[in-house]
Amino acid sequence: MSKSAPSHPLTRMILTRFAIGLFTLLVISILVFLAVSLLPGDIAQQILGQSATQETVAALRRDLGLDQPLITRYFDWIGGILSGDFGNSLANGRPVAELLAARLGNTMFLAAYAAVIAIPFAVVLGLLAALWRGTWFDRIANVVTLSAISFPEFFIAYILMFWLSVQMGWFPSIADPGVDPGLGQMLARAFLPALTLVLVVTAHMMRMTRAAVVNVLGAPYIAMARLKGVPRWRIVTRHALPNALAPVINVIALNVAWLITGVVIVEVVFVYPGLGQLMVDSVSNRDMPVVQACALIFAAVYILLNIIADVLAIATNPRLLHPR
Amino acid sequence: MLLDIQNLKIEARGDDGWTPILHGVNLQVGRGEVVGLIGESGAGKSTLGLAAMGYAAPGLRFAGGRVVFDGTDLLTLPDRRRAALRGRRIAYVAQSAAASFNPAWRLIEQFCEGPKIHRTASRADSETFARELYARMHLPGPDRFGLRFPHQVSGGQLQRAMVAMAMACRPDLIVFDEPTTALDVTTQIGVLAAIRQAVESFGTAAIYITHDLAVVAQMADRIKVMRHGREVEEAPTRQMMQSPREDYTRSLWAVREFRRPERALPVAGHPAIRIADVTAGYGSALVLRDVEFSLPKGATVAVVGESGSGKSTTARVITGLLPPVKGRVELNGQTLPAGLAGRTREQLRQVQMIYQMADTALNPRQTTRQILSRPLSFYTGLTGRARDERLEQLMDQIELEPKRFLDRLPGELSGGQKQRIGIARALAAGPEVIICDEVTSALDQLVAEGILRLLSRLQDEQGLTYMFITHDIATVRAIADEVVVMRQGQVMDRGARAEVLDPPRHPYTAELLASVPQPDPDWLTRRIAEGAA
Repeated sequence: MSKSAPSHPLTRMILTRFAIGLFTLLVISILVFLAVSLLPGDIAQQILGQSATQETVAALRRDLGLDQPLITRYFDWIGGILSGDFGNSLANGRPVAELLAARLGNTMFLAAYAAVIAIPFAVVLGLLAALWRGTWFDRIANVVTLSAISFPEFFIAYILMFWLSVQMGWFPSIADPGVDPGLGQMLARAFLPALTLVLVVTAHMMRMTRAAVVNVLGAPYIAMARLKGVPRWRIVTRHALPNALAPVINVIALNVAWLITGVVIVEVVFVYPGLGQLMVDSVSNRDMPVVQACALIFAAVYILLNIIADVLAIATNPRLLHPR
Repeated sequence: MLLDIQNLKIEARGDDGWTPILHGVNLQVGRGEVVGLIGESGAGKSTLGLAAMGYAAPGLRFAGGRVVFDGTDLLTLPDRRRAALRGRRIAYVAQSAAASFNPAWRLIEQFCEGPKIHRTASRADSETFARELYARMHLPGPDRFGLRFPHQVSGGQLQRAMVAMAMACRPDLIVFDEPTTALDVTTQIGVLAAIRQAVESFGTAAIYITHDLAVVAQMADRIKVMRHGREVEEAPTRQMMQSPREDYTRSLWAVREFRRPERALPVAGHPAIRIADVTAGYGSALVLRDVEFSLPKGATVAVVGESGSGKSTTARVITGLLPPVKGRVELNGQTLPAGLAGRTREQLRQVQMIYQMADTALNPRQTTRQILSRPLSFYTGLTGRARDERLEQLMDQIELEPKRFLDRLPGELSGGQKQRIGIARALAAGPEVIICDEVTSALDQLVAEGILRLLSRLQDEQGLTYMFITHDIATVRAIADEVVVMRQGQVMDRGARAEVLDPPRHPYTAELLASVPQPDPDWLTRRIAEGAA
């Protein structure tokens, strides 16, 4: 029977996943560090400019610890992170953590904004397409969402900007929220980038929802539900969807991860001060501590969302949640 | 008249348009009456049963006739009103309860769904009713039974839970679609008793669909025989059982006439296979415990038992798919390496298998020629002309014309033909021992009998040794020289067929035999009175 603490196998599984996730993160930190150290160019040279003498460059290198062997530098860096210190920016000397905090908040806000619209929209659209599969609705939904995903994001972004901002004047084209805006202001300013992201991620989630639900609709228990007189919409939402959740959750997690980590182009187009822009700027400035910290955060986001997806997939499967 | 189906025609979508599968069938069911539908697979029984609910499976369509339920023609009703009848006044019990319960819902939720959407009872009332029905169906712990998920319940219990679910709105008519076909005989008898008791105590009318004559005789007041989408004949049960009019019906009644004569087996030498003291399992769960028996050369040894008794696991140990925890397998007196990887090609060649589901055991993308060529080149190294000749010889042996069948895909073959290809594939290796795992269970009786005759002939011609896994006592009686009775991973009894079965020597064998339905309409009543269910 299932009464005996159903959380037990699940808790153990969550703990192991987290352990594996931390290990993965450690491996990634090594890769990130190696990759960044392979980048051409010298930060000290960059900071001091062309006119610097050999001596001043060497002195700065010593100050920054760049003369140390790679392994020492790695352990310095990772040790700092483990104690909560991401180091200081090489470009302006401010603590990396402080730089990231503001940007991370912006990125999370935009991602959450887009996700809150896109996930219900995509899932409902997918359910409707499954319910009315083969009809004009199904086809139009497919064509429209696929077109949206097929255009490059910047193209959609400029189209929306031209139409909704320049022509209609409904929304601002520059999304920078400025200093200390209210929530309403932030929602209005970030609307266009959020809408762009919604258009980009909807197709993937909607098509997976539709495919997973259609797959389940062939099962004998769906025929049984029809023979019990269950209305069709209830069959799709109550009988089919719970059995189709695992793949849908996985795709949602991947898309949410992308909303956090992959939106640099949209940020640039709308001049939105997010993490992606910070990372790109830092790469061109050779500001390695910031680049490394951003990469690590992105990796952590991916790992965390994948863990959440796995756990949810198991939590929605009674065979795994309630063993015999 | 509760249900009156008149001149019903149903068509199926095929590659070139719609082909009829019901050619104008009539069916009447009175209030409280149980009508049995019997026929081979493809006869249209299930299609007719579903049509009684105004339902055509995907790919089918109604092409004529009327389905009048309590004065209303279901075929002309709008969807919404048809759905309002389903589950409330006409309910359905499917063949596979395991597949027909939603795996994500607790049983009680699925029971209460009908009363909820049809608004026939409050949640509290339907839960009380569920507990009452669970108790009547002898389900364990009826108060808590409904809290389980489908996968936490055994097959027989699940089937009874489905009967209970069909009763949830107290319908006037229930369509039972082969509700016990997938169950073991000892489980089946309990489900049959539960169905009969439920139908009788609520005065529910029923359509009982099955291919098993003995089962329908227990359940139905009246029997209709169908074949190829047409009615063959219809009569009250006793009359139908005693004096069927049509030749086809008589042929159904007369199956199982095939019986191998008793033979004297050569006793000398090692047995072809000896299983010595084998204990095996999956992970920490032991499925076989101290199993010991042998297959004498040239003999057919039937291994009988219910599902979960370890029959197929024994086969996996013999073939090396599952190395045993303890014990060994001998081939002609030589101990075989436990795992597949340790065995030589010659040792592998000696033991071949034929599977229950020919459908899934043959690669659907390969032609017969490719399917049979693989073991030929792997085991015998034949190529070119020699292989083609051997292919034709094999096809002749399984009585399929080489020219017509060698280049067909499995999808272009009937069930019986597919099973013959499975046999040819085993023969292609030139084995000494063939393990037949429920090879006739998925086939209609007449087709199954053809397969049994073929296997017997091949044995006589080639001196093959068979291990014949089955749960069907009639098959055992037809072909076995020796019988091994298994239960819960242990051998209960073994010996010559007559010693083990006539009369049953072991109490479990007796129970097994007594659970096999007999074509006598009073059999179930008698068994219930004896306290069997």
